[in-house]
Amino acid sequence: MTDAELRDAAFAVLREIAPEADLPALDPNADLREALDLDSMDFLHFMVGLHEATGVDVPESDYARLSTLAGCVAYLAAHTRAARA
Amino acid sequence: MPEFRMPSLGADMESGTLLEWRVKPGDRVRRGDIVALVDTEKAEIEVEVFAEGIVEELVVMPGTKVPVGTVLARLVAPPEAAREAAPARAPALPPPATPRRVTPPAAPPAREALPPAPPSVAPPVVPAPPSRIHASPLARRIATERGVDLTALRGSGPGGAILREDVERAAGTRPPAPEREAPPLREAAAAPSATDERAARAAERALATRRSIAAAMARSKREIPHYYLATRVDMARAVRWLEQENLRRSVTQRLLPAALLLKATALALRETPELNGFFRDGVFAPSEAVHVGVAVSLRPAGLVAPAIHDVDRLSLDALMAALGDLVRRARTGVLRSSEMSDATVTVTNLGDQGVETVFGVIHPPQVALVGFGRLREEAWAEGGLVGARPVVTATLAGDHRASDGHRGGRFLSAVARLLQSPEAL
Repeated sequence: MTDAELRDAAFAVLREIAPEADLPALDPNADLREALDLDSMDFLHFMVGLHEATGVDVPESDYARLSTLAGCVAYLAAHTRAARA
Repeated sequence: MPEFRMPSLGADMESGTLLEWRVKPGDRVRRGDIVALVDTEKAEIEVEVFAEGIVEELVVMPGTKVPVGTVLARLVAPPEAAREAAPARAPALPPPATPRRVTPPAAPPAREALPPAPPSVAPPVVPAPPSRIHASPLARRIATERGVDLTALRGSGPGGAILREDVERAAGTRPPAPEREAPPLREAAAAPSATDERAARAAERALATRRSIAAAMARSKREIPHYYLATRVDMARAVRWLEQENLRRSVTQRLLPAALLLKATALALRETPELNGFFRDGVFAPSEAVHVGVAVSLRPAGLVAPAIHDVDRLSLDALMAALGDLVRRARTGVLRSSEMSDATVTVTNLGDQGVETVFGVIHPPQVALVGFGRLREEAWAEGGLVGARPVVTATLAGDHRASDGHRGGRFLSAVARLLQSPEAL
């Protein structure tokens, strides 16, 4: 998946969790929990949604690396590539 | 004749808007069937019926806002009982509502529609409702406000669900361009009035929500003599156990600390029944069942506390699934009337917002509100040694009419004790 596709996948999941969010205006480096007012259940749903969309099963210890949109794209790009290789 | 009225879906509800009927005249309903979709300012609720019978007349039409207690539909007794009642019925009644003639004596499955009336008889008073429209609550709301016909839309969401974008596109407030091609600046410049309108709508809704919460909380503070207790709970064992559990679980199966806190609360309530139940008409009635209302914050503002039923009997996995489902439906979907009205206690977990301690306001007619703050690392002294441990502050707001601080203290001790054996929860 390209970075743009990964970002769209993340948006699609976030839209389900926080339909009221203005995602196009989201700063890619903002903390998602802060910016979108996500609680721990929302964040878990986000991880589950990304797993469904990309096949990447993020371990709990890596959650911090997916705290921003840019972090999500980078992490997923690295892990979907690793899965293909 | 049984009637179906606008239910009270929480202490802060004074009126509700009927959004959709899920039944039509002639349908047979049983206790627990979902018959209507109601908007309460805070959430959309699927309303269950608590009578049994056959729908005779839908009194209130979709889109109408009515006070709690208003008759929404009239039912007739089910066939068995209807036979005796038949002579009393006025002969002038329209023929469509004569199900006992066509219903076999063996009860059909709930809500099975009866065969349509023959063409020679008068048409039913109410046209059959359109089949279920799959739309997000936000989309539905905007559609109502902007006069967009949802039945005419094709949804772009999962399973063809109608989303906000679909409605806005139909209403002409927003160009259908994909998000990335529409920089916020240009969009704002192109449609300033739409943006203003949206902001005004959100503000109006936030005000209504705030008013209803204020009314309920003012009533609580006026009527309930609250007492407050707090204790720090050592979460070292619980956190370690969770980490190990989650390490071997896929992301779809993981547990959150909230599941442990809810289960420990429910089990502790079994030990202190004077905190679990309803205070009504000057008397406290403890509840056998432990239905825990879970405070879910709504974005951008507001709060609902729908119940998870029988939390004390659920496994952690089942509880986690129920909690995830509840949060999801509270925010983006639909809640059920039983979830809104039968919580026997409420738990609020403001830990996600970073506060250490939360003292809640009891939701009448309940008599206790349990709070959990942020899970954090703190200095903890034990056996003459000080170490760093994960800690959570558990609080209780109790109703002095039903219990006192001594029993409340026992409850919090039980919560702390139960959390020391997470594997047993």
